[in-house]
Amino acid sequence: MTANARIWPLVLILTIFSAPLVVMYFYQVVDSVAQPDPGSLVPGALDLSNWRFLWERIDSGRPSIWVVTFNTFLFASTTAFLVTSLSTMAGYALSRLNMPGRPYFLGGLIILHAFPTITLIIAIFIILQFLGLFDTLLGIILVKAALELPFGVWIMKGFYDTVPWEIEMAGVQDGASRLRVWWELVLPQVKPGLAALLIISFLSGWSEFVLPLVLAPGSGTQVLATYMNAVIQDDATADFGLFKAIGMFYSIPVIIIYLVFQKQLMNIYGGGTKG
Amino acid sequence: MKLRLDKFTKRFGDLTVIEDMDLTVESGEMMALLGPSGCGKSTTLFAVCGIHKMNGGKLYFGGKDVTTLPAQERSVGVVFQNYALYPHMTVEQNIGFPLKVQKLSKPKIRTEVERLAELVQIGELLDRRPAQLSGGQQQRVALARAMIRKPDVLLLDEPLANLDAKLRLEMRSEIRRIQRETGITAILVTHDQVEAMSMCDRIALMRDGKIVQLDTPEQMYVNPRSQFVAGFLGNPPISFLPAVAGDVLSFGHDQTLARPSALEASEEVVVGIRPEHFGPQHGTGLQGEVTFIESQGREVLIDVRLDGGGEIRSILPAGEPIRAGQRINWGVATESILAFAPNGDRL
Repeated sequence: MTANARIWPLVLILTIFSAPLVVMYFYQVVDSVAQPDPGSLVPGALDLSNWRFLWERIDSGRPSIWVVTFNTFLFASTTAFLVTSLSTMAGYALSRLNMPGRPYFLGGLIILHAFPTITLIIAIFIILQFLGLFDTLLGIILVKAALELPFGVWIMKGFYDTVPWEIEMAGVQDGASRLRVWWELVLPQVKPGLAALLIISFLSGWSEFVLPLVLAPGSGTQVLATYMNAVIQDDATADFGLFKAIGMFYSIPVIIIYLVFQKQLMNIYGGGTKG
Repeated sequence: MKLRLDKFTKRFGDLTVIEDMDLTVESGEMMALLGPSGCGKSTTLFAVCGIHKMNGGKLYFGGKDVTTLPAQERSVGVVFQNYALYPHMTVEQNIGFPLKVQKLSKPKIRTEVERLAELVQIGELLDRRPAQLSGGQQQRVALARAMIRKPDVLLLDEPLANLDAKLRLEMRSEIRRIQRETGITAILVTHDQVEAMSMCDRIALMRDGKIVQLDTPEQMYVNPRSQFVAGFLGNPPISFLPAVAGDVLSFGHDQTLARPSALEASEEVVVGIRPEHFGPQHGTGLQGEVTFIESQGREVLIDVRLDGGGEIRSILPAGEPIRAGQRINWGVATESILAFAPNGDRL
């Protein structure tokens, strides 16, 4: 009883501070299926017309939502795959191989990770233009993967560091080649890291906005983030209901991924050892 | 198979850890590399298995020069201190991994795994994962995995260090039994003299990258070549006392003992007296006061401060009526006294 009594003021304070967030999310959901009067907080009648973008084009100039979603998925999953597979190899090399300049490489990784990528945007634009990859999905996939790599390599290096040396020595002694030792004995020990990195880089790709906006502005390469941006910008009278419904549509995969993979995502901060 | 290290040298950067070390392990012999930490015993082991490159010298298995052979191609089984089992594989997969690498057929691997599992007595655990095993069981799996390829040499790196006391005793005799049964040539690296003495045919005692004595456990205990060796072997440890060897051994303050017949008269010596060679059963000779009594159940360990300085230890059967503070006059088995020159060499 006394414990409860002491907890209530705390709960009250937390409620006050979190209320705006909760209200925000609440109206995000409610407004996507309702048509309130302007300025009113009371949702009107149930109205599914905000979700019309799912079965028709909201205007003739725009690609279908399904093309855009497919683009986003392709962008996010290819990026995630690239980042994870390259980080898995680079992380191992940095953790285990005694190569020249290794400390500088590690330092460089941290700097790159901390570097504000937007400052590179003009240089990247020129490079893509030169390579003929401007306004292509492949172009922004490569750029996004490159920018995500320092983080991925660093995380994977951390996971490899927790794998005991002796496992590798034992593998070598058992007659396996270094490559086989890595693939068959070490990689399974860092699986939690792999899973977490795959999910995190997928989510990061899924929510990427600036790179597609600047480097792939054409309608053929639109992703959900830029699609939403176009919806809110173009119309003289902005359709907030539509915007919120697309927002919902955009966040549902993220929410599902978080719900399903909570445990794996926690892993990335908990180190690589299994309990 | 006979193993021979010839002028083995190992350097880490500018630091020479081991220089020109010679070591021969006879076929079927179990050899201990014993020494304090940092003496180079693990370095030697890793050089033999091929994890460390040798900076100088040669390594022979039988008559074959394997100095430059990569670790994968050396026929060596290793048991690591933390066992290094593969956590994601079952016991069966762990033991069978070396054969899987050799691309043997599944039924063949299965038969071999079962044979080894029987040898190390873990037949009923084959489907478990390492995390579900006790320390002793993990140890047995590691042994089986190291032995399944029928290696020329078995290397054991502090194999008992991670076990609790009772298991250690059990695994000590188990490892020895398995080594005897298979007749494999083995090297045991340890810092524990009891392990080395109880498990091995011969001991190579190392210090600062050099083998200071190589002998059977009995010989090394009875006949140590230096003060370091005498002090390293024996539990409870030997006591050292400065003395003058004239007609009698004189410890100052009118404390004298008969001079051992083997010892020539000289000025300053250091004598080593093992605890079992000092006590009332040896008559009288040294006077002092009991300062500390430690009961070990079957035996009691007694510290004595001699009149005129110097500490000496005795071990007696339990039940002797001795109290701390008591004055005693006990004798020494003088022919068992070990005498050393001031620089530590045996006299």
